[in-house]
Amino acid sequence: MSPKVYTPEEKAETKALVEKNNPSLRQRYGRHLVRFQSLIALFILCVLIGSLSDKFFTVANGWNVMRQISVNICLSVGMTLVVLTAGIDLSVGSILALCGAITAGLLKFGVELPSQNLFIGFTLLGAVLAGLLTGTLLGTFNGWTITRFKVPPFVATLAMLTIARGFTMLYTQGFPISGLGQNFSYLGTGWFLGIPVPVWISGIIVLLAVFVTNKTRLGRYIYAIGGNESAARLSGININKVKITVYAMAGALAAIGGIIVTSRLDSAQPNAGLSYELDSIAAVVIGGTSLSGGRGSIWGTVQGAIIIGVLNNGLVLLNVSPFWQQVVKGLVILLAVIIDKANSKAE
Amino acid sequence: MLVAENITKKFSGVVALDNVYLEIQAGKVSALIGENGAGKSTLMKILSGVYPDYEGRILYKGQVVNFANPREAQQCGIAIIHQELNLIPYLSITENIFLGREIITAWGTLNQKEMRRKTQALLDKLKLAVDPDTLIYELKVGQQQVVEIAKALLYESEVIIMDEPTSAISDSEVQVLFEIIADLKRENKAIVYVSHKLDELFRIADCFVVLRDGKTIEAGEMAGMSQDQLIQKMVGREITIKQKESSGNCREDLLIVENVCLQHPVRRSENLLKNISFTLGCGEIVGLFGLMGAGRTELLETLFGLHPRLASGHIYISGQKLNLKCPADAIKAGMALVPEDRKKDGLVLGLDVQTNICLTTLPDLEELGFLNNTKELTLSDKYIRELQIKTPSGKQAAQNLSGGNQQKIVLAKWLATKPRVLLLDEPTRGIDINAKNEIYKLVMQLARAGLGILVVSSELPEILALSDRVLVLAEGCLTAEIPANEATEDNILKAAIPKTV
Repeated sequence: MSPKVYTPEEKAETKALVEKNNPSLRQRYGRHLVRFQSLIALFILCVLIGSLSDKFFTVANGWNVMRQISVNICLSVGMTLVVLTAGIDLSVGSILALCGAITAGLLKFGVELPSQNLFIGFTLLGAVLAGLLTGTLLGTFNGWTITRFKVPPFVATLAMLTIARGFTMLYTQGFPISGLGQNFSYLGTGWFLGIPVPVWISGIIVLLAVFVTNKTRLGRYIYAIGGNESAARLSGININKVKITVYAMAGALAAIGGIIVTSRLDSAQPNAGLSYELDSIAAVVIGGTSLSGGRGSIWGTVQGAIIIGVLNNGLVLLNVSPFWQQVVKGLVILLAVIIDKANSKAE
Repeated sequence: MLVAENITKKFSGVVALDNVYLEIQAGKVSALIGENGAGKSTLMKILSGVYPDYEGRILYKGQVVNFANPREAQQCGIAIIHQELNLIPYLSITENIFLGREIITAWGTLNQKEMRRKTQALLDKLKLAVDPDTLIYELKVGQQQVVEIAKALLYESEVIIMDEPTSAISDSEVQVLFEIIADLKRENKAIVYVSHKLDELFRIADCFVVLRDGKTIEAGEMAGMSQDQLIQKMVGREITIKQKESSGNCREDLLIVENVCLQHPVRRSENLLKNISFTLGCGEIVGLFGLMGAGRTELLETLFGLHPRLASGHIYISGQKLNLKCPADAIKAGMALVPEDRKKDGLVLGLDVQTNICLTTLPDLEELGFLNNTKELTLSDKYIRELQIKTPSGKQAAQNLSGGNQQKIVLAKWLATKPRVLLLDEPTRGIDINAKNEIYKLVMQLARAGLGILVVSSELPEILALSDRVLVLAEGCLTAEIPANEATEDNILKAAIPKTV
């Protein structure tokens, strides 16, 4: 058998392909460094705070952090789906408040229709489902205005931010709805199999979202639309349906967040969830999801949310003034995006 | 006035201009003609400073010049009016004309009065009776063009290059434009006029230069030339790819298109496609040729259900009437469209090869609502092998592959839908000759397998190499239908050149 003779071009091409397949040790190392950059950042953060405060590395504080971030995780998972389609949802904080208030209100007062001489009471399950339904409907409305009337997502959800907050004020008359009972507060403060219930809820949501984004048609379509909407449309994908679904999911997840918050405080506050949308966008961005869509992951967002949570917790433990906390958080977001940009340029 | 000598320009190894010689005289209109891709635009871009690096030299008023950017060229007196106008729609005429060279008062504020006065003077000269404060978007396209010319005159340009100036304007506006050109000629300006419309050139041009495949073929006086002679000079190349023998084993009609019209999205009274009717048989390759703006892409898009509100007419596949509301309907009916711009419309560049290939057929790859990875892998591997897509693995991002391989991914994703009618829009644009031949082979193979294939191309050799039959579009009308054995570059181009009446 005679050995195959390669022309120089063929050799170069083969070599390039081989190099792409088998990157050198340094390349491989670098790639992993990039992939795990948020984990590494998280690790450094933990070591730093742990060395400054002996209260940080305790089991109690660990669960504390997890419980605190569970609400942000719910919102951020929804936000990630939206951002992957190259959209944004500014209304999640307000939807959270309205759904929390509706759940609390129905649970405590039910619905009274004096003219019909009618009173409808709600069980715990009924009230929670009503809250979820409200969130889903508001999210669907977002998706509908965005797809049907081509309102830019920023504007459509900015409008919803105001609308939902206004309805919250109307429904609560500006006063908290408190005293919701032992069973309801279990959702926000209880433990199940040694793990706080909110952590169970957010954990399941994360697993479901990872599954949807990686293993289902919807997930593929979300990435395709964010990556190239025009190519996605030409591939026969119903863009509007996917977008409406995604905003509806973001609304439903905001409702779950609202129910957890209300349950934990045993009270629905009319100004609950104020500026939560910013925290969730921060988690998405720190997690490496591109705001222009098509690139990113749920895992990244979870890491982003944990980083924010640990940072908040650490700064409190270290007695840093809350004003400085905001400054630090802002700088971290900036740093994360700058590193991300540098990485994508290097690729 | 302006002489370009031995101009050679290469784009990553591909020669776009090869030793071109061009001479432009003051007080004359020089017509620059040639097919799509002959190098006209490249040459104009070199003259106007868009491409500063080239071989050869340019003499302007007897001196060697080398413009680093369009601004320098403008300052020396060479202005170009592009096919797509470069005006800012929500600024006024005055603001547009003075953009970047505003007149400033002693206080550092804008001298609006002076700018308006000068604009008014220019508009008077060009006989455009509108207020200088009118916003650009309120003007008609023809009037916008006049504003571009005013802009050029403000620089006191000596050479004015117009690229396809009449492609978007109405006949009466063309008349106005020609009067302006005649005036400019009397002022001893040199005009370079690039156009496909030969009959226009006979009305205004004094001399011509023919470019073909990046070479100057001939230059001379318009007087004494005929349209046929010019067409011959534009085409007269040796045919490098062998013309296809008509396979002749035809075959029942697969796709029937009847009276398809498409309204202009803005000017509703105008039609971009006018009563198009044709048929496409099983196993037949029909080539669709047309010059820029003839409506080729629009026709494919209409067939693929992208313009449901603007289109009218009937489309049948295998005798069944289609009601196309969106691409999904067209796909269901057995159509597939490989779009003209694979980066913009064909691929999700950031996603990997496998995901791109599977994108059109995800419902088939599901089991109980979940995507089946093995099925995805089998499907993509099959097409990577069959189409010989050169990629290290299916997990490689599409953006890292070469143009030819990207095009194969687009083909693969459509073949996966098992189409009966394949619509190809410029299937070999921007890919190298080897990949081109592979794609030609593939297309013929698919036709033998019984698919009906409609190929749009602006390259005549490609049309001749592939087609069993050639359809020619000009300004939205089907102007000719030529069987392969009678088709020549000559008679196709003749049918494609629009007639201004």
